[in-house]
Amino acid sequence: MAWRDGRASIKRLLLFMASIVLGIAALVSIQSFGGNLKQNFTQQSKSLMGSDFLIVANEPPTEIVQRVLDSLGGANATEINFPSMVSFPNKRATKLAFVRGINGGYPFYGSLVTKPPAAAIEYQRLGGALVDATLMLQYGLKTGDSISVGMVTLPIVGSITSGPGSTGISASIAPPVYIPYRFIDRTGLVQTGSRVEYKNYFVANPEPNYVELAKRLDPILDAENADLDTHESTGRQLGRRYENFGKFLNLVAFIALLLGCVGIASSVHIYIKEKLISIAVLKCLGATRKQTFLIFLVQIAGMGLIGGLIGTALGLILQQSFPLLLRDFLPIELKVSFLWQPLIIGPLLGLIMSVLFALSPLIGTWYVSPLQALRIQEGVSTKTRRANVFVMAAILLFLFAFSFWLLKQVSFALAFVGGILIVFSILTGIAVVFMRAIKRYFPSSWGFVARQSLLNLFRPNNQTLVLLLSIGVGTFLISTLYFSKDILLAKTALESSTKTPNLILMDVQSDQTQEASQSIREAGLPVIDNFPIVTMRMHSIKGRSVNDIRQDSLRTVNRWILNHEFRVTYRDSLVASETLASGKWNPLFSKGDAIPISLSDNVARDAQVVEGDTLVFNVQGVLMETVVANTRTVDWGRMQMNFSVIFPKGVLENAPQFHILSTNAPDEKSSASLQRKLVRKFPTVSIIDVRQLIGLVQDILDKISWVINFMAFFSILTGIIVLIGSIRTSKYQRIRENVLLRTLGAQSSQILKITALEYLYLGLMGSIIGIGLSLLGSQLLATFVFKAAFIPSWIPFLVVVPGITLLVLLIGLTNSRSVLKSPPLEVLRKEGT
Amino acid sequence: MTKILNVHNLGKTYTSGSKKLTVLEDISFEVEEGATFAIVGPSGSGKTTLLGLCAGLDQADSGTITLCGASLDAMNEDELAQLRNRNVGFIFQNFQLLPTLTALENVIVPLELQGAKNAAKIGLELLEKVGLADRSHHYPSQLSGGEQQRVALARAFSNTPSILFADEPTGNLDNETGEKVIQLLFDLNEAAGTTLVIVTHDLELAQRTQRILRLKGGKVLTNQLTEAL
Repeated sequence: MAWRDGRASIKRLLLFMASIVLGIAALVSIQSFGGNLKQNFTQQSKSLMGSDFLIVANEPPTEIVQRVLDSLGGANATEINFPSMVSFPNKRATKLAFVRGINGGYPFYGSLVTKPPAAAIEYQRLGGALVDATLMLQYGLKTGDSISVGMVTLPIVGSITSGPGSTGISASIAPPVYIPYRFIDRTGLVQTGSRVEYKNYFVANPEPNYVELAKRLDPILDAENADLDTHESTGRQLGRRYENFGKFLNLVAFIALLLGCVGIASSVHIYIKEKLISIAVLKCLGATRKQTFLIFLVQIAGMGLIGGLIGTALGLILQQSFPLLLRDFLPIELKVSFLWQPLIIGPLLGLIMSVLFALSPLIGTWYVSPLQALRIQEGVSTKTRRANVFVMAAILLFLFAFSFWLLKQVSFALAFVGGILIVFSILTGIAVVFMRAIKRYFPSSWGFVARQSLLNLFRPNNQTLVLLLSIGVGTFLISTLYFSKDILLAKTALESSTKTPNLILMDVQSDQTQEASQSIREAGLPVIDNFPIVTMRMHSIKGRSVNDIRQDSLRTVNRWILNHEFRVTYRDSLVASETLASGKWNPLFSKGDAIPISLSDNVARDAQVVEGDTLVFNVQGVLMETVVANTRTVDWGRMQMNFSVIFPKGVLENAPQFHILSTNAPDEKSSASLQRKLVRKFPTVSIIDVRQLIGLVQDILDKISWVINFMAFFSILTGIIVLIGSIRTSKYQRIRENVLLRTLGAQSSQILKITALEYLYLGLMGSIIGIGLSLLGSQLLATFVFKAAFIPSWIPFLVVVPGITLLVLLIGLTNSRSVLKSPPLEVLRKEGT
Repeated sequence: MTKILNVHNLGKTYTSGSKKLTVLEDISFEVEEGATFAIVGPSGSGKTTLLGLCAGLDQADSGTITLCGASLDAMNEDELAQLRNRNVGFIFQNFQLLPTLTALENVIVPLELQGAKNAAKIGLELLEKVGLADRSHHYPSQLSGGEQQRVALARAFSNTPSILFADEPTGNLDNETGEKVIQLLFDLNEAAGTTLVIVTHDLELAQRTQRILRLKGGKVLTNQLTEAL
């Protein structure tokens, strides 16, 4: 019976199904891609690291670390790496690069792909450098040209196309330059304060039990500020990092699916309403409640299952495009394979979601009285209302369960479901208020065509609200994304346009400060900042030694605090990016027991300390007892030097230190000329060109937003399908209205205008509601997350609103062709021949 | 007298799959201006199809129709719409009111399509005539069947048509209400001097018109003055 009844409405059922296909496809593709990524990271973890495991430290191996290295049979390869300025003598150009001095056969797994290929093996023997291929392209370099790294000038013997664990993004910030290890000393770049990493790579045969190895070595290495990284842990860590991005995309896809389900609920509601008489007749003929309920349940379940299957198939095809989309973010060559989990989830989700969302109208069939066959009764029974409450609860429960499954954290899942509820409620609320306002303040003075099209939004069984919701959510997603990007970029752009630093000189030794400042001034530029930096590590927190805390499995102090090398400055006042959150600011330390220091609030939180707590720092061998005098809120988003720990003046002046200088170069030419001059004079100084960095940030944001836009597009597409479904659902009503108007003498152009205006209103209202909510959301984001002023750009208003409106208009008109073309005689047809 | 409707050798065939179904065959008749005219016949005899063709709602396969001096077969859809808007009024069995419009708004739709300025005033006067002035702001769903049909009556007269086509106007009403509606229809018609063409099963109703055309199986059985019957 379900089939026989559904057969007559097969087109409409197929349209319901289409509403969920895209959401399922998006979810399955991301699920499948995420699974593949995890699998690839596990399979390729050795290639990512280039070895089985490594021991890494920020200083040369201490005696104890050396003993550990020896006990492991000695490293198979060693590396010293640091960021540094490199210059190309032939091109008179300089650039911040990531210099890697390698000794031995690294990488042992994966490959260092160079051009010519032999250069990857021979650069150490030949005493040449390998330079990132993009960097070579940027500066027009070729094999045989020279590169200066500090005091050493080497021939470039090849370009690096790809290496273990590198991504397009990281390479564009500091492109890699490989040089033989033996030249590192001669560069003269390893000095006090230099950010240097010492890596010792190991190849294990057979592979040890890494958990056991970590258990044995971690306590020893931690005490020496060194770390053991195994290929397994690196693969896991990377997997986790990408998992977060995947979770976010999953949620966007889930929203698309939800939107489709809301569309289903609305369409099924009308579908069932139209079937009420048939249901009543069936009941008159002796069908039980269960039988009539099952007829429609089977139809919807079948449709959901088929939708799930088609969505899954589409998702599997779609995931093939992800490696291409995320190429710049992935450190590995992704091999896509089919995984069983998404194959099950897709159809299952299609089945559950469609039944769940259609349940409310379906329950209506249960309570249909056979009397309806004789006389239509309006209104909803109390029993139906009660059942609807249960259905709503079931939907929320399922949403929570599914989000929990995606996010693996109760609080996140609750926040997501809450967020969805709020956004959907606000959108629905705005749409309802909008519609009521139109009814109340109806523009009676408008012409007939404009009024009639507006009234069409209120026709019986209209789906105006659902359409406004789907158009609104799509617009909301796209606009919020755009505005957020806007806030971030405006923030960086604003600061670069004022007299704030755009060229930062790192690692300036104390004896170079004077001369470097002089060079900047000679170029006609100001020295804006001159921060002294002293490096130190945490020795004890509230009287408990860091080593002791490390051993404590129940510790609440964040691990990074225990291992981090803090770069601390001292000064007597706060800067613009800082505000005092608690305590008293101490400009100068004269005398006393403990030194009053200032902590940024995030460090205080992670170290679990408050005002008055003591901290002992190890300042390059000297222990200094300090007391937390105050905490600061720091705007880390600002493109300027910020510090988590600040000492008062009068303490660190004589400690070994280096400086950070900054200036503002008005244009690229003066910036490049100063950089060349400084690198020539001070090869050990690294220079960060903030202008270039902003360009890079823009580039990264563009790439990320492209991916997110791609996902938001699914919401829009789902919205379009819901729109088509709604047009088809109300087709007969529309035909009746248009034909009647035509019978009463309406011209084709009048009918076309009425129809077009109806979609224009829908598109305009939906997109305006979406963008309105997005403005609100972006303002909240700007205030509470980015802590920046929000000046919305006009682009979403100029592009998104007209774009979406036009899309709705086109789809509306294309799908209304049959309505527009129906002959007037149809108005009499139902009344017999 | 001037002929307002002239039907000559009219034929209409529908195709269903590979089968052809002749609904009307060789129909000819005339209606004089200001006259009342009934088309009767059993279900499936082609009454509604004939009415639709006469009103320019569909195109005939053969024959000619002249309505208000215009040959319908030579006109396109928009010209037909204009002709209907200026000269024709309709009453349907199912009332066919637009659910989103109030009673008054429904009444003035034909006038608004013309762009008339005093539409609301005319509409209110007409609602007054059908006894529904106090329901002018009610929506169709808030009106009874009889009231809806009275609104439809008011609408039919709103554009002061030359000819009124009524398709089973009492088909969905009880006897008492139906009688009241018919009385109103004839009264309004007489007052306006409009030509009236009614399609009906109801012989009693048909006998209130001046002439009756009987159809059977798509063919004219008789076309006689009511007096002669």
